[in-house]
Amino acid sequence: MTQTNTQNPEVKIAVRNLNFFYDDKQALFDNTLDIIANKVTSFIGPSGCGKSTHIRCYNRMFSLYKGHRGEGEILFDGENILDPKIPELELRHRVGMIFQKATPFPMTVYENIAYGLKLHNKYPQSELDDRVEKALRDGALWDEVKDSLRKPGTALSGGQQQRLCIARAIAVQPEVILMDEPCSALDPIATAKIEELIDELKKKFTIVIVTHSMQQAARASDFTAYFYLGKLIEYGETQSIFTSPQNKETEDYITGRFG
Amino acid sequence: MLNSRAARRQFTNQFILILSTLAAVLGIIMLVWILGDVAWRGFSAMNWDFFTKLPVPPGEKGGGLANAIVGTLLMTVTAALMAVPIGVMAGTYLAEFGKHNLFGRMVRSLSDILVSAPSIVVGVFVYLVMVKTMGHFSGWSGAVSLAILMLPVVIRTTEEMLRLVPDEMREAALALGAPYWKMMLQVVFRAAKNGMITGIMLSVARVAGETAPLLFTAMNSPYWMESMNEPMANLTVTLFNYAMSPYADWQQLAWGAAFLITISVLFVTITTRLLLVGRSKH
Repeated sequence: MTQTNTQNPEVKIAVRNLNFFYDDKQALFDNTLDIIANKVTSFIGPSGCGKSTHIRCYNRMFSLYKGHRGEGEILFDGENILDPKIPELELRHRVGMIFQKATPFPMTVYENIAYGLKLHNKYPQSELDDRVEKALRDGALWDEVKDSLRKPGTALSGGQQQRLCIARAIAVQPEVILMDEPCSALDPIATAKIEELIDELKKKFTIVIVTHSMQQAARASDFTAYFYLGKLIEYGETQSIFTSPQNKETEDYITGRFG
Repeated sequence: MLNSRAARRQFTNQFILILSTLAAVLGIIMLVWILGDVAWRGFSAMNWDFFTKLPVPPGEKGGGLANAIVGTLLMTVTAALMAVPIGVMAGTYLAEFGKHNLFGRMVRSLSDILVSAPSIVVGVFVYLVMVKTMGHFSGWSGAVSLAILMLPVVIRTTEEMLRLVPDEMREAALALGAPYWKMMLQVVFRAAKNGMITGIMLSVARVAGETAPLLFTAMNSPYWMESMNEPMANLTVTLFNYAMSPYADWQQLAWGAAFLITISVLFVTITTRLLLVGRSKH
């Protein structure tokens, strides 16, 4: 019934009737939307509206916890990734994720980047060096850390740590990058740097970002989805969502009368 | 009115402060006294023979505790080799898979009980299970009883240290496509490493001074051991026997043993502290 949509080459992820449960409690209700390739899609909505729950289905991160399950279809290049037959490791290789809290591993800056690379491939040392450098450049961090590659990742500032995590994620060359409130712990300058970076990254990757900042959604994204109580209320081009929302609830939220 | 109440509070405050300072001073005095006494008398027993010679019968000059030093080291290391792998694996189970299930809760409370179990009970248990069945005291049964005492400490610190690693760190590693076991070994254990080493060291320190369990298992011996399968000399039981003896030479050696044990435990504890300080600097 949705074949026509998924045939569209621009659609990277087609979500169809996604329902999600924490044990018996339903958290997502019939979410249906298309994530467009090489665009930035932002998810907004008040706390507890299900936007993080939704994004965590795209790499099946929820499967780590007992009693969490998703139903429906998430078609990633035509394959339903909720199908347990799709191997998780392979899926997560293709769909990277950035978290709210920067999580440098307890290793050096260099090893943080090399870790993901070594998980998926064996590289000769010189190629590994090149790939680490490239990832750090793409993560807009190289100039700041090129002389401290052997320092622990935790020694970097908060904003640098988050860019380290982004560089680590893009090093393994995923197709999609999920960002779950990547800037909520950062100051405005660090946030601006990450937003610039996102704009650069969308040339190569499809990006989905969960954010609490309406300004961030308006500034950084091409499409915006508004969630409320686990339902997708409105979804469309960011421009039109913010200037002429079709739905009263969306309008109330983005104009700050609610949430 | 208000003034008098304030004055009374001030007085109570001063009074309690003085009392608690006195209590602290008293505690420190006892500690310094014990350490000082052991160091003073023990240090004079230290000489080359103490570390290299076997014990001699009372009345003969010289002699040392070489066999007891080696025996204690052997049994402690063997105990650690048994308790650490099992303890780390059990702690990992509790932290990662047994957080809420019945089996996890059972293991957790059992190991809590074992932490506070009197060590002599463990000694009697190993005596019945191993010494009785084998028909003789042995280094092996000594090591096993020490291992049983170490186990709960290793289990619980491993679990607590792994729990301190935030879930985000686990998710971040998994999100890169790492399989669960690689995530644990390469990221989570690495993050918890210092804390886990601390737990292991503290468990070693805990058993280093144990006498009761060895009394029932390794017993003691005045000779060099040929294998772990025979009664084994050790510092604590030697200390116990020599200190109770009427011979001045033996009493002197007992002070030496006390000094050596104290220094070793102190060394382990201080190293652990340094490790922890090193971690918090990051």
